[in-house]
Amino acid sequence: MPKVCNWVILVVVVAVAVFALVTPEGTNFPGTDTLAKEAINQIRPHYRPWFSPVWEPPGGAMESLLFALQAALGAGFIGFYFGYLYGRRRAGHGGRS
Amino acid sequence: MCGLTYFVGGVKMKTGFRRVLGAVEMCTHSLAGTVMNTHMPRVGVRIGLLMMMVLIFVIYPAPTHAMHIMEGFLPPVWSLFWTALTLPFLYLGFQRIRRTLAANPGLKMLLGLVGAFVFVLSALKMPSVTGSSSHPTGVGLGAILFGPMTMTVIGVIVLFFQAVLLAHGGLTTLGANTFSMGVVGPLLAYGIFKFCRGLAVPQWLGVFLAVAFSNLATYVTTSLQLALAFPAEPGGVVSSFLKFGGIFAVTQIPLAISEGLLMVVVFNALVAHNARELKELKVLLREPGR
Repeated sequence: MPKVCNWVILVVVVAVAVFALVTPEGTNFPGTDTLAKEAINQIRPHYRPWFSPVWEPPGGAMESLLFALQAALGAGFIGFYFGYLYGRRRAGHGGRS
Repeated sequence: MCGLTYFVGGVKMKTGFRRVLGAVEMCTHSLAGTVMNTHMPRVGVRIGLLMMMVLIFVIYPAPTHAMHIMEGFLPPVWSLFWTALTLPFLYLGFQRIRRTLAANPGLKMLLGLVGAFVFVLSALKMPSVTGSSSHPTGVGLGAILFGPMTMTVIGVIVLFFQAVLLAHGGLTTLGANTFSMGVVGPLLAYGIFKFCRGLAVPQWLGVFLAVAFSNLATYVTTSLQLALAFPAEPGGVVSSFLKFGGIFAVTQIPLAISEGLLMVVVFNALVAHNARELKELKVLLREPGR
């Protein structure tokens, strides 16, 4: 597949995320698990969770940090892997033999 | 490290701008390190940078929490039931990984890549056009490459990490969440990919359909799990299923399409750079024609 296609696809992916931001709801996006919690409360008003998280990130900033860290670690490895593939191919083995 | 300074700064940011800055800095740092260490070519850098851009756009407005069944929100009976159902898949997955790596130790890096994708994508809570947010699962690609059971193992690792460190999902719901994300999703992705290949559907379309439907199936399963545990007073399981399905699945459709498209790009990159290993995994039947 030509490289142009990859670019078009990436633009579409970004556009979907950006499009969501300009809808009337603005930037207020409740997580689906919060919505599910509300639904459970409607169906079974007296249900109480019988177990609570062993540890919760203290505050939104800490939570953002952990999520960003998780994404960064993964993204770092992905970049490393494609670099590794390139190096291996340039060294003359592997790839499109 | 940048993330740490912005945290220590003690700035409370409800909106995403600072978070984006932090994420941009962290990503560029890790990317820059990678580029310098491995002399990535321009094409590689471009792919990497583009991915970063997509990731950053996508991190932007994430509020707290997204999906998976919350800690303590499945009654004990159902927690045990789904855990029991997941365990055999987990066992088979460990065996499968051991066999794959014993036969071809060189695939360790590719397995790492597959894990990294699940890791990154489950951290990204994307806003959806329906006004709520959820995240991609990332298991579809791995299931195509390594088979569905392998992804059960990777899924349980990521979900455990998120339950313990992020209070996202939970330990009591780990079995149920692994079943939806690590068993049903990958099985469907694998099945669809094989089916499409049997019909000689273009490969990119096969990848897209497999990944998009595995993502959707994960949340349909989550809805079903919640509906079985919480049948509505009038209407029973079906009415509950429609209610939960409306929450999860509808939010998920645009995200499923995004994940499917993103994985087509990744798959193309793998075919361009690593056709040999894909052939060893019997994912590619022949060398890509150029």
